Amino acid sequence: MMGFLRSIFAHPSGRIGGAIVAAYLLIAILGALGLTPYDPLMQFRIDRLHAPTVAYWMGTDLFGRDVASRLMKGIGQSFTVAFFSVAIATAAGTVLGLTTAWFGKRWDAILMRLMDVLLAFPAILLALLIVTVVGPGTWTSVAAIGIVYTPIFTRVVRGPALSLKSREFVDAARTFGSSRFYILTRHLLLNLVAPLTVQVTLALAWALLTEAGLSFLGLGTQPPAASLGLMLSDSRNLMESAPWLMIFPGITIMLSILGFNLLGDALRDILDPKTRRA
Amino acid sequence: MNYLTRRLAAFPLVLLGVSVIVFFAIRLVPGDSITAMLGTEAGLLTPQQRDALAVYFGIDQPWPVQYWRWLLNLFHGDLGISATYGKPVLEVILQRFPLTLELALLSMLIALSVGVPAGVFAATRNERPSDLAVRVAAMIGQSTPSFVFGLLIIYVLSAGFGVLPTMGAFTPLWEDPIRNLGQLILPALTLGFAFAASVTRVSRSAMLDVLSDDYVRTARSKGASARSVVWRHALPNALIPVVTLSGIEFGYLLGGAVIVEQIYALPGLGRMVLEAILQRDYALVQGAVLFIALNFMIVNLLVDLAYVALDPRIRLENQ
Amino acid sequence: MSPILSVSDLHVGFGRGAKAREVVRGVSFDLAAGETLAIVGESGSGKSVTALSINRLVDYGGGRITNGSIRLLRTDGKISELTEASEKELTRIRGGEIGMIFQEPMTSLNPVLTIGRQIEESFRLHRGLTGNQARAAAKDALDRVRIPDAERRLTYTPNQLSGGMLQRVMIAMALACNPRLLIADEPTTALDVTVQAQIMALLAELKRETGMSMIFITHDIGLVAGIADRVMVMQDGQAVEQGELGQILDHPKHPYTQHLLHAVPHFSGGNAARPDGQRERTAEPALKVDGLVVRYPLKGGWFGRPTGAVHAVDGVDFDLLPGETLAVVGESGSGKSTTARAVLGLVPATRGAFSMARRELVAGDSNLPVQMVFQNPYASLNPRLSVDSILAEPVIASGVRIDAAVRDRMKMLLKRVGLPENSLERYPHEFSGGQRQRLCIARALMLNPSVVVLDEAVSALDVSVQARVLELLIDLQKEYGLAYLFISHDMAVVERIAHRIAVIYAGQIVEIGDARSVLSAPRHPYTKKLIAAVPTIDRRHETFELDTRQVPSLVRPLGFEPPKARWMEYGPDHKVRAEA
Repeated sequence: MMGFLRSIFAHPSGRIGGAIVAAYLLIAILGALGLTPYDPLMQFRIDRLHAPTVAYWMGTDLFGRDVASRLMKGIGQSFTVAFFSVAIATAAGTVLGLTTAWFGKRWDAILMRLMDVLLAFPAILLALLIVTVVGPGTWTSVAAIGIVYTPIFTRVVRGPALSLKSREFVDAARTFGSSRFYILTRHLLLNLVAPLTVQVTLALAWALLTEAGLSFLGLGTQPPAASLGLMLSDSRNLMESAPWLMIFPGITIMLSILGFNLLGDALRDILDPKTRRA
Repeated sequence: MNYLTRRLAAFPLVLLGVSVIVFFAIRLVPGDSITAMLGTEAGLLTPQQRDALAVYFGIDQPWPVQYWRWLLNLFHGDLGISATYGKPVLEVILQRFPLTLELALLSMLIALSVGVPAGVFAATRNERPSDLAVRVAAMIGQSTPSFVFGLLIIYVLSAGFGVLPTMGAFTPLWEDPIRNLGQLILPALTLGFAFAASVTRVSRSAMLDVLSDDYVRTARSKGASARSVVWRHALPNALIPVVTLSGIEFGYLLGGAVIVEQIYALPGLGRMVLEAILQRDYALVQGAVLFIALNFMIVNLLVDLAYVALDPRIRLENQ
Repeated sequence: MSPILSVSDLHVGFGRGAKAREVVRGVSFDLAAGETLAIVGESGSGKSVTALSINRLVDYGGGRITNGSIRLLRTDGKISELTEASEKELTRIRGGEIGMIFQEPMTSLNPVLTIGRQIEESFRLHRGLTGNQARAAAKDALDRVRIPDAERRLTYTPNQLSGGMLQRVMIAMALACNPRLLIADEPTTALDVTVQAQIMALLAELKRETGMSMIFITHDIGLVAGIADRVMVMQDGQAVEQGELGQILDHPKHPYTQHLLHAVPHFSGGNAARPDGQRERTAEPALKVDGLVVRYPLKGGWFGRPTGAVHAVDGVDFDLLPGETLAVVGESGSGKSTTARAVLGLVPATRGAFSMARRELVAGDSNLPVQMVFQNPYASLNPRLSVDSILAEPVIASGVRIDAAVRDRMKMLLKRVGLPENSLERYPHEFSGGQRQRLCIARALMLNPSVVVLDEAVSALDVSVQARVLELLIDLQKEYGLAYLFISHDMAVVERIAHRIAVIYAGQIVEIGDARSVLSAPRHPYTKKLIAAVPTIDRRHETFELDTRQVPSLVRPLGFEPPKARWMEYGPDHKVRAEA
């Protein structure tokens, strides 16, 4: 484990990406503990649209709420959605991908057609459709993003699982009479940990992007709760008079995605040096 | 059966699956179907009127029957009537589609003409400063959401140069090409930026893989020049992942770039879907989602055709 | 007369800074016009890097020539220093004056371009030919390497041709512009032995026709006896010995050359067959296979109706006594591996019966008294499991708890196969190929099997490692009374380990019997052809015969049954299938 952290640190983009992700996690935890400069919902009416100062590091919004505090809360919000949705997609995709690869034939044919159907909807559209049915909200975003990425994870697991299945150590295991569970867990899953780790990291970047997009459109986290996409969306009409309302959330979103993308790239180089796919 | 026949055979099956999802997803919306169809106006109806409408729309029938009727209507191009526009759904969609198509094509043009050369260039300069510069730019491009980049463009234009992107009524290409392009160039750049970044990354890594393949060494042993090795021998082999990526991205864009259309106030397909969702115009949502999924599948089929054209191994693969 | 190529004190390094390592360390040789130099060595000896340095392709693999000179006599009579040549000059030399062919014909041709376009390119680059002229030249080039139906083959893409055909295309391409030097980097290693013989024959003929010089790189010193004038033996980046062919083969001076010639398996027509193990016909066989048939249905059309079947194995019988090795030899696609896999239940047998003698198990009952060792030591061990988990797996699978006795057996077996004491906590990547194969052998022995199936078990190893693993296998066989079913394409290896040999061709055994008898007096035409194709040290400058017959298709119409085999007996333990 220490060796693994050290090799991330030795990788240039791993160093930068890791630092960014760690900083965001710290901010999200501080936000969750309520350790923000101000109450993110508190409206300081006399200080509406206040430019950044020592008191309000990133200024205030139209209602006089502290932008920095809201950003801290918003980061926690985005990360919560991203983590839970990717967890759903990873768990479902791993189980589906492993079983289709192992059992093959009919189960594989049916399931992969089903995945084709899901993949026929552009990601944001499928999310929109799910939001339409269930109604907007944080947990809807989690479910929508989770469902959107499940077919992708299924494919990510299925491909390597199929190739692992035909490897000689699996043949060897079968000649010993090893149980199906043993082969699936020790020979397939254990070897999938590395590609999955890479994929999870990159999926977190996509999930952050999608979550911000949904809330930008007003279909994610609902006001008055703080959310990065929503803050950015609200800033549009005030762009010229209060550019800080746009710049800080914009940079916050971008850096969070950049962090996970960089970390994912580094992990791919470290864990999966043979597949240099983008 | 060869590759293409197999893909073609799967097409109607997947389309059927898509139609089932679209049909039943809308039926899952809380509230009754009359409300779902008429929106808020349904509140003004008497119970008798409701029943009459239910019979009229066929929604007194069990779901399988309703689905079957809906499917038959689809074959006649009848997607129902949009409640907000009071026009046939298909007509509304087709009115919005040219803009979306044009925007998608423009973005792809930008992405491919920037991304492929940049990726190939970076691969041939592997690990040198110029490669690093391309990779950093691509990484930033891939990590910048379109709404951040789009807002940034608008902000820089308005705060720095005092100009606002041409908003207002959209001019179709065939009426005034110059004005039309002026309206679309910024949205296309916004979309093309991230798209080009992905294309660059994929081209670079595919090219790096291919450049270490044995047949590239063979080409060099024949005395092929560096340029010929890259463009004639390596690139055709590296294009498959680029085609895959471009196909998926283009397919997504045909579904309407919701966010970018929203930022630039463009009347495209994506914004139409969003408005239909917000106004609970379910017939329009249903029709549009189906239309978009079909487009996406057609693009996928074109991608398969491109594979077959690019790679004889796929062309001749059996079973 | 000055040499066409003169290499002196060549040093080639890879990597930079702390990671830099020198792979070629001071190699010198001269090559006269029309001469063939064989560079012999095992993996990591620097032989391929030396070859790639000559036309400077090594630059593209991350290598750098750090010292020395490579002087090439050009067609115009001038001498060029290739270590300092410009890229522009090099592109003229490559293909024009130095041609090269590689080990893997399957991956060395561009998969998306037709054969024709790839050959035409050489003419376009060096002769300025275009259009119909280039096409006609390409056809002539294919004719020259004896590819039948050349006109049509020009339109093929590489995936439509067999490995042997592709290697001929490679040769046609390399020789298109009549280079005066051909570098052949293990050109037959990936090919079957009869195809190898054809390629060698072709190279020898083309050499006679054109008078070109050749550098032939190989790990198989037996192979060069037929073609080389001079031999250079390389080890650890240095040329340990070089000289005339006869001198090197008959009077090697350097211990490593002596080792390559004597410790490593070479085919000697049955003379080196094992003297031990007289067959006792009364003994109960450890494994008996009766009428084994493996077929794969072929489906076609829209509804997947069966249209025929691939008859991978078509009626194979043999028995295997305890303590005996039966080698199943054949070329790729002959069904030898399928036979092994069917015995282990890895592929379902369409028909046939097996009986296996059980014996007392040390660690409990396993359903399979047969264990297997696979070809690729890198793929047959799960890289994420430590050695003790790897050795524990068969025991766990047989339902036994891992206790002190099992751990003792692990340690004992590791020691027995010659692995260090502390191996248990280590992971596969920490071991070399030979050590991994030893680990696989230990794993196969965990359950004390009566039969071990060895599927090309030493084929992926370097020749001197091969010799040591074979020795270990023979020792273990004597110690534990193991019966081996030894699947191999390599006659030299088979001769060292087999008591009996079964020759398999197109899914059927065509000849089976005592190893010495089969190898020294083959009776079936296919066995004769196979044995004639095996290179040996004793066969100097012999011209191989060109034989372009193709292996018959194994696809049969629905319901096809092969006619019942008739056998002809030659001696007490040697029978041959009579051909209709």
